[in-house]
Amino acid sequence: MSGVRGAFGGLRQADDARIRGLASVGVRWRALPRPARIAICVAAVAALYLLPLWGSPPLINTPGTDFVDVLATRIAIFVLAAIGLNVVVGQAGLLDLGFVAFYAIGAYTVAVLSAEHGSVPFALAVPVAIAVAMSAGILLGTPTLRLRGDYLAIVTLGFGEIIRIVAVNTDWLGGPRGISNIPKPPNVGPLEFKLLDAKPYYWLALTAIIVVVVFVRRLERSRVGRAWTAIREDEDAAELMGVPTFKFKLWAFAIGAGVGALSGSLYAGRVGFINPGNFPFTLSVLFLAAVVLGGAGNLAGVILGGVVIAYLPERFRGFEDKRFLVFGIALVVMMIFRPQGLIPNRRVAAEMHHAEDNLELANVPGGDLHEPVEGSDDRHDRG
Amino acid sequence: MAEPVNGPVGNGAVPPADRVLELDDVTVRFGGVTALEDVSFHIDRGEILGLIGPNGAGKTTCFNILTGVYKPASGHVRFEGRDLSRMKRYQITKAGIARTFQNIRLFPEMTALENVMVGADAHHRTSVLGAMFHLPRYREEEQSGRARARELLDFLGIGDRANDAARNLPYGYQRRLEIARALATNPKLLCLDEPAAGFNPAEKVELMEVIRRIQREGYTVLLIEHDMDLVMGVTERIVVLDFGRKIAEGTPRAIRSDPRVIEAYLGVPEDAA
Repeated sequence: MSGVRGAFGGLRQADDARIRGLASVGVRWRALPRPARIAICVAAVAALYLLPLWGSPPLINTPGTDFVDVLATRIAIFVLAAIGLNVVVGQAGLLDLGFVAFYAIGAYTVAVLSAEHGSVPFALAVPVAIAVAMSAGILLGTPTLRLRGDYLAIVTLGFGEIIRIVAVNTDWLGGPRGISNIPKPPNVGPLEFKLLDAKPYYWLALTAIIVVVVFVRRLERSRVGRAWTAIREDEDAAELMGVPTFKFKLWAFAIGAGVGALSGSLYAGRVGFINPGNFPFTLSVLFLAAVVLGGAGNLAGVILGGVVIAYLPERFRGFEDKRFLVFGIALVVMMIFRPQGLIPNRRVAAEMHHAEDNLELANVPGGDLHEPVEGSDDRHDRG
Repeated sequence: MAEPVNGPVGNGAVPPADRVLELDDVTVRFGGVTALEDVSFHIDRGEILGLIGPNGAGKTTCFNILTGVYKPASGHVRFEGRDLSRMKRYQITKAGIARTFQNIRLFPEMTALENVMVGADAHHRTSVLGAMFHLPRYREEEQSGRARARELLDFLGIGDRANDAARNLPYGYQRRLEIARALATNPKLLCLDEPAAGFNPAEKVELMEVIRRIQREGYTVLLIEHDMDLVMGVTERIVVLDFGRKIAEGTPRAIRSDPRVIEAYLGVPEDAA
């Protein structure tokens, strides 16, 4: 037990050091007047929309592949999936190792409705795909969200594999050959979705990301987000404080599934052809890596995590066969220097007023009779 | 329910309608161990009831029965006449029983204010759609919840650190924050599980004052406590448990001189004084 405690103590210290580094950025950002913050956000969003017009920007371009295509087909898709998974893992603290299942359900629903067994337009098929995935999330969650931690992880891992194997073995879903000729998204005004020009797809995905971010952020800052955080930090205490934990866990699962499906359906619309091989277990792992690497629970963090995870393998294409080795090393190095993620979770409000006091308090061992409490450590003892 | 109230009790016999909580022959077993055996007592509206007993007497088990963490093997727990055994834990909180924890269990990464808002949320009805589209009810509840939370933090004298993460608060603040969070659920019965654990004498005096103020605000309080000074100083009635049975019940004065209690719990009387 003392070993475990020691480990937690170590994390705490690393934690506090990190708060110090971040406090300055957070404080500075918050010190800006509201119009300035809005202006910066608008400028950033505009820059993101204009990015593909640059073609192949130096330094961040991807050798051997079309940079805009990477943006549209990999990065945007990954970011969206990471935002969805973050609701489940980062917000509510439910470890989901089979997130690819919902991504696959999204892609397959669109494919089945619009190509294999019908001709529903893409714009209609996407909301249906989201609804189907949310229902699947509720169906999977109802029996399994009573499980905790490791057990839930195993069940979700199994679910991810089940979906893929069902797709392989069901002729109605195209079997191993998959589904082709998935229609493109509808043209909007001058925007035409064609095979070669990736820009419209990128803009579509970016818009979807912005809409999802607004909604998820609103949830985060409401009773729902507080309930999720409370569940993540101490589920029993949350329940005893009047949080209907099961209901909110189910919501987290369903919302995550819906966003995952949106990501999957945009992928299907972009590539026009899917087969079960597009949805391997490793994709679940990569989505999770994006969340953890970026900083589980922090929206900006997981977006950055999604970008990094999707971008690095493309950047390293020059290394040919060894690109995944380089990718792996890059991940390991990042986790060594940023164990809590690139932009760690929370504390924003805490940094606002008392960042300095806190740091002094935390840094003087025994400097205060009432050391920041061991209460949370005791919880580990209770198992 | 309809027991006569004309006994020779003298000290404030209350009509049964004003009983907030009644335990009726409650027995709890864990495997072969009987943690509580035929325990009966009640809590009247507006009083502070002390629940004491040596280690392992079943105090916390009793608490866990009240808040729905465990279900009794036999017997009934009635809260304002409603049987608790079929209710979920969050429903019990909503119905009006709130608690603090012996070993502090705040939400460490949330700010003090947010911790209290979680308590206030117990009665809120905003859900996913309301929050996504900022419907009127969301705005209303968010505002009133925040105002209530600030009020409670100030009431407990910890409003100056409202925006600090709970884990960065000093120990005494954390203990009081737990009380604030429980009060935010608007309880009809507030259960405090050893709120003075780890306090020095000066802090205990302060806590006693806080508990009295809570009572003056109209709350009913059940207090589990090891510290005899605190229990004797603040409660009006005490129930004593030993080895899962109730061995005595009465005023602090009567308890202090009860030979069974002295034998079971107080041991050397000087300690208590």
